[in-house]
Amino acid sequence: MSGHSAYQPQSAFMKWLESRLPIAGLVHSSFVAYPTPRNLNYWWTFGGILSFLLVAQIVTGIILVMHYTPHADMAFDSVEHIMRDVNYGWLIRYLHANGASMFFVAVYIHMFRGLYYGSYKAPREVLWILGVILYLLMMATGFLGYTLPWGQMSFWGATVITNFFSAIPGVGEAIVTWLWGGYAVGNPTLQRFFSLHYLLPFVIAGVVVLHVWALHVVGQNNPTGVEPKTPKDTVAFTPYATVKDGFMMVCFCLVFAWFVFYVPNYLGHADNYIPANPAVTPAHIVPEWYYLPFYAILRAIPNKLMGVLALFGSIGILAFLPWLDTSKVRSARYRPLYRQFFWIFVAVCLGLGWLGAKPAEGGYVTAARILTFYYFAHFLIILPVLGFVERTKPLPNSISESILAPSGATK
Amino acid sequence: MTATSAEPTRRDFLYIATGAVGAIGAAATLVPLVAQMNPDASTIAAGAPIEVDLGPVAEGQIIKVFWRSKPIFIFHRAKKDIDAARTVDWHTLPDPEADDARVKKGHDQWLVVIGICTHLGCIPLAHQGNYDGWFCPCHGSQYDSSGRIRQGPAPKNLYLPPYKFVADSKIRIGEDETSKA
Repeated sequence: MSGHSAYQPQSAFMKWLESRLPIAGLVHSSFVAYPTPRNLNYWWTFGGILSFLLVAQIVTGIILVMHYTPHADMAFDSVEHIMRDVNYGWLIRYLHANGASMFFVAVYIHMFRGLYYGSYKAPREVLWILGVILYLLMMATGFLGYTLPWGQMSFWGATVITNFFSAIPGVGEAIVTWLWGGYAVGNPTLQRFFSLHYLLPFVIAGVVVLHVWALHVVGQNNPTGVEPKTPKDTVAFTPYATVKDGFMMVCFCLVFAWFVFYVPNYLGHADNYIPANPAVTPAHIVPEWYYLPFYAILRAIPNKLMGVLALFGSIGILAFLPWLDTSKVRSARYRPLYRQFFWIFVAVCLGLGWLGAKPAEGGYVTAARILTFYYFAHFLIILPVLGFVERTKPLPNSISESILAPSGATK
Repeated sequence: MTATSAEPTRRDFLYIATGAVGAIGAAATLVPLVAQMNPDASTIAAGAPIEVDLGPVAEGQIIKVFWRSKPIFIFHRAKKDIDAARTVDWHTLPDPEADDARVKKGHDQWLVVIGICTHLGCIPLAHQGNYDGWFCPCHGSQYDSSGRIRQGPAPKNLYLPPYKFVADSKIRIGEDETSKA
């Protein structure tokens, strides 16, 4: 895609630099002149919000490490030290803990946006798969970070999650001992989780670079799902997308701040303010809210190995989505049937999340089984079949036609 | 086919030798990088056998001791607990095992199991559930008075630790009859 204007260094210094390292030109062509579809709506602003949150998590995380002690005997007290003694420690920690939740809020909106508008379809398969990898890395990072305060939920969450690997036939127990560095979750486990929790955000940052690179090769999708054809279909990234992203980012930060300042523990668990006790499992053990749908899938299957496979499969199946959806039309705007199934799928995911927080008994398990079946059926039955049977609406000839056409045309 | 396959040169030899030594070196380097994550010497030393005096454990009582950071349940079973464990047809259980295979001969009243749910590692609660044994609060697995899985997602019975009777009312956890004294 051609840019709206090429970068012309003005000062003598910038000319000197540009002929040696063309970094200003790269930034200009990627974030200033870069052509974006002129019909992007606010659902397209969450990539920018996620970038902001990644930086915010890294900054608050680096500060927390200056005051935190990664040792089983001292971790819990050092977190209380941060909350009570360190200047603004309470704020930094609440920003980091709630920032993780906000990160998942934003990524779920970002992913459902991609599902609704078919952003995973050719030629954006690699872009989408990089996104699935980022999501997996986020889940791993969130889990590792949650163990660090070494409260009851930290300890038992770590125990349950690492035990997933004991489901592997034959070598499972050896792998779990290796992960723990002991005969149970203990200090060696905490120290290695801390090391990895510090590492993974930088791995995420690296994959984000690949994600943005892939995005800039294939270009952004847009609400019509029709590729830009003429310069009339696009506007320059700056100021148009920059301002739109910035506005939404500020609105998002208002919600973030509301959580941090008014209900900082709403998304956490009271049990995690009890120091880790290897002798007592909390009566009601639940993961953080952003893992609940997958937890419900795990518990819905009465067989340990199959339950763990279903849990990983429910995430892994996303990587195959570009080939499971057989429809040629991208946007749900022009797919009347898919649009209904999309909203059912959203409801199923929310339902699984609700069930994941309920005790694993009676009607809850039955409901979780039905929804788990539907979750997989959506990808393995509904999407492949829909591409063949659905009568899609006519697509506009171009982006500009879809928004500049006289009223009464295809909306 | 072009006629390039002449005599091997010294560069061919260097190419193969460099690649082979490099690959062996990389594989050997991986060993310490991976092995450092396994339990270290101090963790293994702290996992030595322990002795438990069973004298103070009343009938019907379940005590919890720690060996290798794992809770060990020691259940002084009453006659009704033993009978309940033995009248059931164990061939039909999810993980079929006879009760007398889970206790030491002549010490039928003592059940010694590792108190970790075989599902995902939570600690089951004693004297709860429908089978007079344990109930796991995490995902609802239920164990009977022999520590066998009866209901729920756990695939296996509660594991038995290695242990032996060193006196009539004293056991040593961490080694069994086959270990060298």
